[in-house]
Amino acid sequence: MAQELGWKELPEGDALKAGTAADFHTGDWRSKRPIKDDKTCINCLFCYIYCPDSAVKVKDGKVIEIDYNYCKGCGICENVCPVKPVKAIKMVSER
Amino acid sequence: MATLKELAVREDRLTGGHRMCPGCGAPIIVRQALMAVKEPVVVVSATGCLEVSTTIFPYSAWKVPFLHSAFENSAATMSGVEAAYTSLKKQGKITGDTKFIAFGGDGGTYDIGFQSLSGAMERGHDMLYICYDNQAYMNTSVQRSGATPRGASTTTEPAGKVKQGKVMTRKDLTECMVAHNIPYAAQTIVGDWRDLTKKVEKAMSIKGPKFINVLQPCQLGWGYRMDLTIELGKLAADTCFWPLYEVENGKYTLSYTPKEKKPLAEFLKPQNRFRHLFKPENQKLLEELQADVDRKWELLKKKCDCFGTEK
Repeated sequence: MAQELGWKELPEGDALKAGTAADFHTGDWRSKRPIKDDKTCINCLFCYIYCPDSAVKVKDGKVIEIDYNYCKGCGICENVCPVKPVKAIKMVSER
Repeated sequence: MATLKELAVREDRLTGGHRMCPGCGAPIIVRQALMAVKEPVVVVSATGCLEVSTTIFPYSAWKVPFLHSAFENSAATMSGVEAAYTSLKKQGKITGDTKFIAFGGDGGTYDIGFQSLSGAMERGHDMLYICYDNQAYMNTSVQRSGATPRGASTTTEPAGKVKQGKVMTRKDLTECMVAHNIPYAAQTIVGDWRDLTKKVEKAMSIKGPKFINVLQPCQLGWGYRMDLTIELGKLAADTCFWPLYEVENGKYTLSYTPKEKKPLAEFLKPQNRFRHLFKPENQKLLEELQADVDRKWELLKKKCDCFGTEK
């Protein structure tokens, strides 16, 4: 949503279009960034199913990327990653 | 039952860009629940973290028809939507098969929305009510609710010199719903995607009112590191603090029995709201809480035994 609406243009009954939150990027909340190691990732999709921000993108049963526009850096993906001894997702400081 | 790979093919019905806290359990519940439904779905939500943070004007994170009315009436609102749909279908004005899911936090379900939920369940509307239970009014900064467990420190019942957190025990809402004689009531958790999606899928295959109570760890209100959400959910099941079970037409089935029942302290330890329980003078209270969990777990096992359904 680029410009603010005046009262005449406001939708009646606060009706909103579906899925517009996708235009709002929450990535700048992050202080740590998850980095995925494609070599060790076993594509178990745990990070996908447990991501609160729908930031893990999956295509054809494989994790293709982490969308940093939405990722808030909670670290759940690192926590649930079952790869041993070194996890395939590592949280790295943004600085 | 859908596998993870099958679920991943389905469209995500909640977009990113919503304003829930990092590491919040509620969007995890919503994503998994909506993924488990193959049919078109209409969602209603009670006022609460979920509703407030996903629909901040002019943005909405929902890719499904979504309706919000007030704090106390998500179940009543959903009843109306479902009744209108049934009527229009009877008149031949719409076709197809649409499912109805109402979401409510523990405040909007256990306390404020209880009468509307009870009414909707009693009238027998074909809908699923999912309660995301984070055990206090987290949206307005952690006031105690009917779902807050005994001993938990909240802003309205803090631990101090006079009290050691909440004095009363938690309301058992799942049992209240079982007492409504609905076809399906279940309890599950954030941290077991298989159990959650299985239960939602099963609920969708049943006609009539359904209820699922999901324990949702809340990093802000419970006071733990935000990456531990899934781990704490699993611990709640492993310590039998939050047993996973389902009740189909009065028949109890245990969905998960921990290999080794862990002591309750393991679940309480990472949470700041239970910090005071680990002082030496509160040893007795901690023991009482453990005894309470044990008693309820034994009782539940006996109920399941009655039907020979314990796994």
